[in-house]
Amino acid sequence: MATTTSTPVAATSVSTQRRPRTGYLLLLPGIAWLAVFFVVPIITLLITSLQAPVPGRSGVYTLGFEVSNYADALSAYWPQFIRSFVYASIATILALLLAYPLAYFIAFKAGRWRALMLVLVVAPFFASFLLRTYAWRTILSDEGAITSFFNALNLLPDNRILNTPIGVVLGLTYNFLPFMILPLYAALEKIDPRLIEAANDLYARPFTGFRKVIWPLSLPGVVAGTLLTFIPASGDFINARLLGSPSDSMVGTAIQVNFLQFRDYPVASALSFILMAIILTVVFIYIRRAGTEDLV
Amino acid sequence: MMKRPLSPEAADIVRLTRSAVTRRRLLQVAGLGTAAVAAAACGAGGGADDPTTGPAPVPTGPEDMSDTEKTVSWSNWVEYLDLDEDSGSRPTLEAFEEATGITVSYNEDVNDNNEFYAKVRTQLEQGQSIDRDLVVLTDWMAGLWISNGFAQKLDKAMIPNSVNLIPRLENVSFDEPRDFTLPWQGGFAGLGYNIPGIQSTLGVDTLTSLDQLFDPALRGRITVLSEMRDTVGVIMAWQGNDPSNFTDEQFQQAIAALAEQIDNGQIRQVAGNDYLDALGTGDVLAVIGWSGDVLTLGEEYGFSLPESGATLWTDNMLIPSTSTHKKNAEQVMNYYYDPVVAAEVAAYINYLCPVTGAKEAMQAIDPELADNPFIFPDQEKLDSSYVFMDLTAEQDEAYQREFQAAIGL
Repeated sequence: MATTTSTPVAATSVSTQRRPRTGYLLLLPGIAWLAVFFVVPIITLLITSLQAPVPGRSGVYTLGFEVSNYADALSAYWPQFIRSFVYASIATILALLLAYPLAYFIAFKAGRWRALMLVLVVAPFFASFLLRTYAWRTILSDEGAITSFFNALNLLPDNRILNTPIGVVLGLTYNFLPFMILPLYAALEKIDPRLIEAANDLYARPFTGFRKVIWPLSLPGVVAGTLLTFIPASGDFINARLLGSPSDSMVGTAIQVNFLQFRDYPVASALSFILMAIILTVVFIYIRRAGTEDLV
Repeated sequence: MMKRPLSPEAADIVRLTRSAVTRRRLLQVAGLGTAAVAAAACGAGGGADDPTTGPAPVPTGPEDMSDTEKTVSWSNWVEYLDLDEDSGSRPTLEAFEEATGITVSYNEDVNDNNEFYAKVRTQLEQGQSIDRDLVVLTDWMAGLWISNGFAQKLDKAMIPNSVNLIPRLENVSFDEPRDFTLPWQGGFAGLGYNIPGIQSTLGVDTLTSLDQLFDPALRGRITVLSEMRDTVGVIMAWQGNDPSNFTDEQFQQAIAALAEQIDNGQIRQVAGNDYLDALGTGDVLAVIGWSGDVLTLGEEYGFSLPESGATLWTDNMLIPSTSTHKKNAEQVMNYYYDPVVAAEVAAYINYLCPVTGAKEAMQAIDPELADNPFIFPDQEKLDSSYVFMDLTAEQDEAYQREFQAAIGL
């Protein structure tokens, strides 16, 4: 096995000897940007997360190596972490269920309406994120049509949607839905329709055709879409803040409160780092599995 | 199992990491990154826009440039100064500029005490300019600035009108005896409500007690403020304790009552300024809220001070330690302590006016507002309201944590 893979590599390396240098030049602007606007803030954040308080002065901290900030952050806010990942997971699954048929329709059936429909998918971005979430407070209002409808069916435990976990999950699903639709559309649109015809010609039932042909080919879109939805959703704080009750706070809320209310910048930074570490782990495992047949 | 052959890109990466030359190049790239970090750190540490401020650990007042630079940069809360809706001009401010020749850059950029503090704290600690000569902060936050050395002592000779301060606000624990601050406006935290809403649920026209607020008929239809001092203060007074002088146990007693009302679903949300729109849509029928806010909502809404006592707070003008226009800022303070000017402002914003004589001046502008008990409260209202106890930094932190834990964080 090893010999069969090494031979083509050796062959291509001769023909592409100049490639690395140009490649690095192309990387430069991006690396410079990331160094200044990502690496520097991350390092500042890391330093802050290890700072120690100055006795007697609220909101003032000095350089230190307080690893206990991390333990404090985790022991105080583990319910928020769990809630964040549960809400974000449900929202991601809902978004996938909503987005897949829509993206499929746009990719294969929309015809000349395709461009217009894509614009409509992106259209919500023309209004501010905060305003759109505020608008959901009106949509889900106690006297509003949606809440009244579900109340008539006696489906709501608290007789309301606003300021409950359901409200938070709905808000998350709505706000991040375009991030699910666009990658799915991009993946589906690339599928050669002749492959689907071939499946039909070989007597695959529509569902089998979907399961064996379309779904596997759209997997890159599914992976990208779920990541683009799950990651920002798990760090979000506005939806929990505006659409949730005091018992629905997420880790983003905890970061915001520590930063702005407690002036506890070290614990807020530690929370951000823990969140980042968990997300990286989840994403890593997910991508590893997504690359294999486990997900199919 | 078949091992998949590597893609050309992956093969390139493998090859790169195996080669010593390219590894060195990678290190060069990494070195570039480190240099950028160092450069940015220098930029953050030394780049003060104002040459007169040095990097002193404990800031002292820099040289006053007021005589040569006729400017003042002012940070205030949103909708906290009179505004002519049609022309977009600010009548009192423009009159000031005309009279003194001082140009005021007015910024509505204080939205939350802690948020504003988080924005400027690093510069203040390092003695760098925050580009503001006058800021308006709530009492306890003003106290934090004073105790951290972030405020300049006022020269009362430059502010002769400061004698017009109403007596109730002369002595405050966070700035004894008003060396650093002057109140801009004040207000009460009390009970706000939707009148038809409480008529149909409780059968009353006004709320007078927290017993009514916590009535099961209002379950899931009330909110309280996310400002600890107001919510806890009002609850504490309801429990028969004194919010201006209490013990740890009494504080915890109030927190327990709050937590109970959240856990049993009585309190729907703990809100900042956004409680107003929930009250407006009818989802929320009663709140612990702020006087000026609820009064502006309209006739269907009422505001009252609970019989057990409300909290009284002030927002205060102070001059940041890094300001180089202290004298100009003091002129602004002096101008707004003129009763006629103060009345003009109060007529627009409806909060508690801290200036003696403004009530009489208001008669000429709008006699109805002159009788408004929340703009010009009588002595009894003032005396039955509590200014929340001044807390040390440690107490503040400990109490904030207990409060946030009760409200879900």
